Amino acid sequence: MIELKDVHKSFGKVEVLKGITAKVEKGEVVCIIGPSGSGKSTILRCINGLESYDRGEISVEGLKVDRDAPSIVAIRTKVSMVFQRFNLFPHRTALENVIEGPLFVKKEPRAQAFERGRALLARVGLAEKADVHPPQLSGGQQQRVAIARALAMQPKAILFDEPTSALDPELVGDVLGVMRKLADEGMTMVVVTHEMGFARDVADRVLFIDGGVIVEQGPAKALLNQPQHPRTQDFLRRVLHPL
Amino acid sequence: MKGFWHDAIEFFPILMNGVALTIVVTIGSLLLSTVLGLIWAMMRVSGIKALSMLSASLINVIRGIPIIVLLFYLYFVMPDLGVTLSALQAAILGLGIAYSAYQAENFRAGIEAIDKGQIEAAQSIGMGWWLTMRRVVLPQAVRIVLPPYGNVMIMMLKDSSQASTITVAELALQGKLIASSTFKNTNVFTLVALMYLTMSIPLILLVRHFEKRAGKR
Repeated sequence: MIELKDVHKSFGKVEVLKGITAKVEKGEVVCIIGPSGSGKSTILRCINGLESYDRGEISVEGLKVDRDAPSIVAIRTKVSMVFQRFNLFPHRTALENVIEGPLFVKKEPRAQAFERGRALLARVGLAEKADVHPPQLSGGQQQRVAIARALAMQPKAILFDEPTSALDPELVGDVLGVMRKLADEGMTMVVVTHEMGFARDVADRVLFIDGGVIVEQGPAKALLNQPQHPRTQDFLRRVLHPL
Repeated sequence: MKGFWHDAIEFFPILMNGVALTIVVTIGSLLLSTVLGLIWAMMRVSGIKALSMLSASLINVIRGIPIIVLLFYLYFVMPDLGVTLSALQAAILGLGIAYSAYQAENFRAGIEAIDKGQIEAAQSIGMGWWLTMRRVVLPQAVRIVLPPYGNVMIMMLKDSSQASTITVAELALQGKLIASSTFKNTNVFTLVALMYLTMSIPLILLVRHFEKRAGKR
């Protein structure tokens, strides 16, 4: 469904992606792990066209991702994104955030958009917060609204960019719970995360990225329990046993 | 003091004619400067280099010319080029163009103050540039822009007096005409100053209200 072939990306003189080749199949949950600055988020941003890439090719359902081409709108409606800092629109209520895309991008009828919006908020456990503005919500609630906003576009896949990194530890579980439910329902997901427990339990595959290359990839449990590459072993040791 | 009140009652109707024109010039040029300022600001943030440079150049040219020269140009020079404007039209056009540069910089600062994450979130749900501006950026930028916008309103109200230089009989010119025919300079210009102040005070309070609202965010 999502395919990356030898993708290169530089910011100025710094090459952050040095030939990424990967595939995400329909219904698959792929977690991308790796140290900060390794290029994990850049991969997601390139898939969604928020960043351009210099070489190689990215395609979504056979459609080439080119952020300057008109087709980018179609790709973004197929592949939604959830951000680390939620990026909800603060001047709109939770419900208005959710229906913004359906109403103004997909031109859905108003009544239908409102009905679906309320249903989506209920799905992420926030039915009673429909009329509340984001600044009045906790971080976890905001991220769940952001997930509802992504789902409102009826995407084929969702990209999660460190969705729990900005949350208080006690709020992480609510968001991961919603994500697990989505995975169980068959949603295609690419998740950049530091939540190794989530990756082990929910992901089908894990990619370990360092220095802009995929160092190791494989089934989630195998990679996380018995990493083969010394760099992966070192990273997981530091993350799982920091002391 | 008695003389002042007597003069005030006598000159009030004539000065009120001036007040009416002052309000027309202020509102007209405020609307024009807002529309033009928005256009210049949109060109600046469009991401299209040619438009951005054109807008930056226009803003610099407009900022570099004194308002009074702009008014003279529109009223005295344009007829030589075949375009004749009434004094009122030239005043509204001149002040509108002059202030559009300041409005544009104000709007641009407001737009650029919006977190980039907001724009990315809008793009990620398929919004194009214009829809992102209309639904996400501008509604948030308005709150930032309103306090300085209120200050521009006050400055425009006072600068509308420059229209007197091209014969628009607004408040300052009416005052000058009365003073020069009656020689009651003190009473007439005190009255004119009080009338400007009366018009400015609601605007000053409005700015304070905008500032409080912006501070609450």
